[in-house]
Order: sequence, then structure tokens, then C-alpha cells
Amino acid sequence: MHPENIVEQIRERFPDEVQSSGSAFGQTWTVLKRDHLDDICRFLKDDPDVRMDYLIDVTAVDWLPRTPRFEVVYHVHSMKHGHRLRLKVPLEEDDPVVPSVSAIWRTACWHERETYDMFGIIFQGNSDLRRILMPDDWEGHPLRKDYPLEGPEWKFKPW
Amino acid sequence: MGPQHPSTHGVLRLILELDGEVVVSCTPHIGYLHRGSEKLAENKTFQQIVPLTDRFDYLSCGNNNLAYAIAVEKLMGIEVPERADYLRTLVAELSRISAHLLWLATHAADIGAVTVLLYCLREREEILNLFELLTGARLTVSYVNIGGVRRDASPEFFKRTMDFMDQMPGRIEEYNTLIMQNRIWLGRTKDIGVIPYEEAIDWGLTGGSLRGSGVDYDIRKAIPYSAYDRVKFEVPLGVKGDVYDRYIVRMEEMSQSVRIVKQCIQQMPDGPYKADIPTVVLPPKDRVSADIETLIHHFVLVSKGFEVRKGEVYVAAEVPKGELGFYIVSDGGTKPLRMKVRSPSFVNLQCLPRMVEGHMIADIVSCIGSIDIVLGEVDR
Repeated sequence: MHPENIVEQIRERFPDEVQSSGSAFGQTWTVLKRDHLDDICRFLKDDPDVRMDYLIDVTAVDWLPRTPRFEVVYHVHSMKHGHRLRLKVPLEEDDPVVPSVSAIWRTACWHERETYDMFGIIFQGNSDLRRILMPDDWEGHPLRKDYPLEGPEWKFKPW
Repeated sequence: MGPQHPSTHGVLRLILELDGEVVVSCTPHIGYLHRGSEKLAENKTFQQIVPLTDRFDYLSCGNNNLAYAIAVEKLMGIEVPERADYLRTLVAELSRISAHLLWLATHAADIGAVTVLLYCLREREEILNLFELLTGARLTVSYVNIGGVRRDASPEFFKRTMDFMDQMPGRIEEYNTLIMQNRIWLGRTKDIGVIPYEEAIDWGLTGGSLRGSGVDYDIRKAIPYSAYDRVKFEVPLGVKGDVYDRYIVRMEEMSQSVRIVKQCIQQMPDGPYKADIPTVVLPPKDRVSADIETLIHHFVLVSKGFEVRKGEVYVAAEVPKGELGFYIVSDGGTKPLRMKVRSPSFVNLQCLPRMVEGHMIADIVSCIGSIDIVLGEVDR
């Protein structure tokens, strides 16, 4: 099944959830609203013709100064059929919350932890949402665009 | 099991809850080698990111470079010449053999078969010498340029590689005779760390760990890139998904890589090793000091970089550890807006607690070795 057909199926079953979709470089993406994300993902995983049983990646992009500021990006793949799809969920800066998909694909747990660590996006339903790469007591979210490349200014200078 | 431990293959911390000798739960703590590669990549031009990619899985640099290059070239719509494709595939497969040799060396040494360590490193030394002949660097080769490869290969390189590849099957057989039928090896690897088929897919495993559970997914066959659609090779699969199956899969992958390297040398076409796109590819170095226009051209490309059109792309390659994917978002400038590295070791490591539940402490060491992690890739 071509990924564009999958987007059509999502549009049929969840009429108000698909904001837009497109294709480029042989890859298809669709922009979804966040409210029923877990229902859509469950459909993608369970429907036998779609069968997206493999979650490749969960990440986020910071589009500062554009609004909505964040976009959570999911890449899903089907082992049986071989098709791939990219799901994008835009989030506002003051409300970066999105439902977690770790109950659907077990691999999502660490991906979501890393996205939370780097961007500050809260994944509701993730049983273990804490920092993974940065130290546990770190303040700030390094991959945001307003976070300096050299790191925060140290409060204590040894020289 | 702290970050300084000889068997964790890097700086990995495991918090273990034990009931005597049996593991009740295991929590990995990572991030000790986090260098902020993704943040750095947002501040470097596309060509400057290539050395960053070397340092992810620092044991198989040729593969990481190739994965990054095909991602950027897909975004830009560039085709590289055939010779560059074959050279890249050659270096990638040599890196794969080198990475698997080190995997076997450390995995076997952790379990106790120390002889294998020295034998594998002897072969790996020859591969590193080949890299030095070809690229100038032993480990972090940075061999690709966007649009081709950095240097051409000499006939001496092909001859030495071919001679080495003729010796390799005998050497792989030698490693097998040391451990494959050994009772201690079988006792420590059979039925340890079993991950069944469905769970392997659900946990997002890739590479040898996934194929050891019987899932037939190799990106070189599923979504071929570079010269992989023009060479013949098989993809070995395991049955049960235990440590022993993953070992068998990777040993066989080494033999298949030898096959691919030989085919690359035999089929190597003549021609340019860089694409003829002046806006992206550097001019020949000997002309740079000869006339001023070439000097300016070189200077602008190195200092400012080339612009990549707006768009986003996710491209994956099969590195020795699994599926290394680059999700690159460009806003039309010379630096990426966002570069996400989907690293296989990060995702594979997530499965470790599930693998070691109910086993003993000594089995943790076997399991870590069999997932084949490199902390540089886990933490980026």
C-alpha cells in the first residue's frame, strides 16, 4: 500500500485529525492534531493492511520563531508490507504536551525520554519520563533554539 | 555496575537489583559520553558535520559517513558517480568487518575466551592499515564528501585488500574453531537473553540483534543504497533470539562482507570519484594553487558551505550495529535546522533490562556483548 493511501485511510476514520499531508523525496508525511494521536497510532499498528508494527524514531523539531513552536515527529515502518510514514504533531510553546505512544510501541519509552530531555516536551502516559542523556538535576532543555551552544553561563567561575 | 567497568564496553552505568546472584531489575543510566552532536550539527555546514558522524560508532566510521552522505544527497537530489558508490560501499564493508572483529574480540574476552581477542585484533590491525593507505586516518576516516569520496584509491590498495580478503575466510574459520563448539561458550550463550520475534520488533531492535530473533530486515536489501543493489550477498537469520544466535548471525555477516568487498573490487568502474557539481564539490587541489578562481571557489565552499534546499528527509543505512538513520531538516541555508541521529545502539540498549531479568550477573556481560553497543552511538 502506498503511504498516501494510508493517509487517506486516516482521513476517513479520523476526519478532523489530519491537518495536512504531503510527499517529497519519495517520503510521505502527515500533520496530525494531538488529541487522538494514540487512537490513530493504535489503528496504524493494528489494521492488517497497514500494520505499522515498528516505530523507528520519535523526535522533535524546534521551529522558533515560527508558531506553533515545536513539532513532534514520529517515523513508523511496517515489517510486513515495507511502507513507511512520518507523523508530525505541532505543539505550542506554552503547552508542549502530547499523549505517549509507549503503550503501543514499547520502544517509544527511551525516545520520548530523550525528546523530553532535549526539548521539554511532556509525554502524558509515559511511565518513566525523566532525563536520559543530561544529568538528572540539569536545568534547561539543550536542543531548544534559545539554549546557547556553549552551555549555560556558569554561576561560579573558578578563575 | 558503574561507568568504569571493563565489560560494559564504554561508560555505561547499570543499577542492578539483585536477589542473591539473580537479577531482579536492571536500570541503565547513560549520557556519560553525550557530546551534543545534534546541537553542534546545527552550527556546522553540511560538509563539516562529516567528522562528527565519524565519532558516533567510532569503530565503523565508514558506515556512519555513508549514512550521513546518502541522507544529505537525497535531500539535495545529487547523484554520485558509480566509482564513488563502489568506493563508499567498499569502505563501509571494510568498516563492518572491522567493527564485527572488535565486537567478537570484546564479547569473547568478556565471556572468558581471551585468545579470540588477540586473533581478531591481529586482523583488525591490517584493516586499519588499509584505511591509512586509502584515507590517511586509521580510525576516524571521514572518507566521504557530499558528492563523492575524498580521495581516489590506488591499485596498491586494491591489491592489498584483495589479498587480505583471500585470507579472511580462513581466519573466520579459525575463530569459529576456538569457540563455536566450546562447552563453556555454549553454556554461557545458549538460551541467555532470549528475545522472541514479536518482541524484537516491538522493542525497535535492529541489526544483528533483530536478525538473531529471526526477523528478516536488512536495510541493504529492503531499501538499497549506494552499490548494494549491484552486489550479491545473503542476510543471515537466527532462530531463537538468544546470545548464541546473534553471535552466529554476526559471524556469517562477516563472511558476507568479505564477499561484498571482493565484488566491489572486481566490479570497480573507472571514472570520476566526485560528482561534477561545482556548487557542492571542491575543485581539484592541484589547481587551487594554480589560479585565483579555483582558489576562491575552494575558499567559498570550505568557509561558507553550500546551500541545501528546504525540506526534510529521513534516510537510514545498515551499520554494523543496526539501522542508523538521519532525519535532516533544512530551511534553505548552509547549516541544517535540525539533525536527528537515530542511533541503533541507543534503541537496542533499551531492551537490556528485559533481556537480563531472571539471569545472573555474569549473564549481563554476555547480553551487553551480544547487543553490541558502542557508547559513542548511544549518547552521541
